[in-house]
Amino acid sequence: MGQLLEIIKDPAQLGPWFHNLLLSLGLSAELASLVGDVIGVLLLLIMVLTSAIFLIWGERKIAARLQDRVGPNRAGPYGLLQTMADIVKLLTKEDVTPAGADRVSFNLAPALSVMQIIMVAAIIPIGAGVVAVGLNVGLLYFVAFSGLAAMGALMAGWSSNNKYALLGGFRVVAQLLSYEIPLIFTLLAVVLLSGTMNTNSLAEAQGVRYFGFIPGWYGLLMPFAFVIFFVAALAEGERAPFDLLEAESEIVAGFNIEYSGMKFAWFFLQFFVNSLILSALAATVFLGGWQGPFVDQIPVLGIVYFSIKTLLVLFALMWVRATYPRLRIDQMMGFCWKVLVPAALVTVLLAAVIWKLPVSENIRAVLLSGANIVALVATLGIIGAQLRKRVQRRQTATPAATVQV
Amino acid sequence: MAITPQQVVFILLSVLTLGCGLMVVLSRNLFHSALWLVGSFFGVAALYGLLEAEFLAVAQILIYIGAIATLIVFATMLTRGMMLGRMKMSNFQSGISGVVAILLLGLLVLVLLQVSWPTEALPVPDDTIAMIGNAFVSAYVIPFEVVSVLLLVALVGAIMIARER
Repeated sequence: MGQLLEIIKDPAQLGPWFHNLLLSLGLSAELASLVGDVIGVLLLLIMVLTSAIFLIWGERKIAARLQDRVGPNRAGPYGLLQTMADIVKLLTKEDVTPAGADRVSFNLAPALSVMQIIMVAAIIPIGAGVVAVGLNVGLLYFVAFSGLAAMGALMAGWSSNNKYALLGGFRVVAQLLSYEIPLIFTLLAVVLLSGTMNTNSLAEAQGVRYFGFIPGWYGLLMPFAFVIFFVAALAEGERAPFDLLEAESEIVAGFNIEYSGMKFAWFFLQFFVNSLILSALAATVFLGGWQGPFVDQIPVLGIVYFSIKTLLVLFALMWVRATYPRLRIDQMMGFCWKVLVPAALVTVLLAAVIWKLPVSENIRAVLLSGANIVALVATLGIIGAQLRKRVQRRQTATPAATVQV
Repeated sequence: MAITPQQVVFILLSVLTLGCGLMVVLSRNLFHSALWLVGSFFGVAALYGLLEAEFLAVAQILIYIGAIATLIVFATMLTRGMMLGRMKMSNFQSGISGVVAILLLGLLVLVLLQVSWPTEALPVPDDTIAMIGNAFVSAYVIPFEVVSVLLLVALVGAIMIARER
């Protein structure tokens, strides 16, 4: 009983406890680890999939409220069972394969998409030491497997034998690969500060307090990097204003246009879980992860803090999605290469230079934070000035001049 | 000699890697070839993982699958006759490439026979990634910088070629 209380207080002990239990039941050490790993994988799978069900409901409800609508409210209290109803509908729908489709890749693409996102979920530490795989190369692993999303979409787009799907597939590659670059640079800036790529150690490293009370979250040390990460995450998560991949007004629905029933549901699932994982990563890397008051005494609080931070970031993602209209594809690519990539390089430079200055830790933190804020304001100022200039040019230009341009 | 589970996994992964590699050349559809190539890369990454070289495994996935294979798939999608599927499997260069392949095989066999391979596994250090990082900026700093410059030149060159004049 006392042991159970200990585990509830510190969930990180669950794994070793279970391992010892299997050993005491007479299993060999290898078999015990194997059983533990398989159960761990199943737990991860169930957690990711069930969270997606509530996420979809939450997103629809929040987007509805932001847009002055009611949202789903028929199935169950507050429409909570709406997603269940949707799942039943999708399961019972006819599974259509278009004529001329490449069957194997057509069927493989949704599976690859979901596999990719669940593999990424494995490195997210949801509490102090509560992480599916404590990889030393955690952040690199995240980058590597999020790159696979483009492959799944490309397969789906090509094998559907549909030109809109193909265009959607091309857009996926262009968008995901481009926006991955600022994302990686901001993560690199964080790694420069922390000296580790292990996600759990990253959260741990943010437990320091500057001046005794300011939490050492990398989002506070490098607000500019956090903003860049957030914008890149919007694009990586295929969310408005960057949802060019499924732009209904241009390419109908993007790479998943020919998919129906459960196969479509898998892409849908990937989309929602992707946002969740990106928010969880933002919370871990920039908002201190499971750090918070009294975590040292009662580690289970870490899960609560982590969930709150993740949901806050996710809410911000939904907020932006429900508010802003879609960009044009050339605007989107231009924004990435002309604004985000140079800006991300600046954050890396700032982190690399300031963190090596021979001054005390507190002063370094203040300098880095201040330099980031200055860079953020300067960037916004430059973008604003450019846009104003462009608007003025358009207003003063005569129709004849526009033709010449 | 009993076969350990590790050897079973190794054999399975080797079969996966080589089988996928074979399918790359035997497949009649260019797109399928590219996908088999991804499978082969995955097999290699898993082999690195089996050797507990986690950095290499992840780098393999990041660079070969995330970047190179995606680029290959992207490029093949832009080629002509892509949607029709069927391709000829050989062209006028098959004789030369046959000779080169045999020469390469000879070289590899020579290396395989000449080098005395270690049969005892060395203990894997805990934090390999920090060691790799240190090696890059100390012992191997010149090759590292040369490769960086080479990549930069390639990047600039690619942009120069692609630029509209």
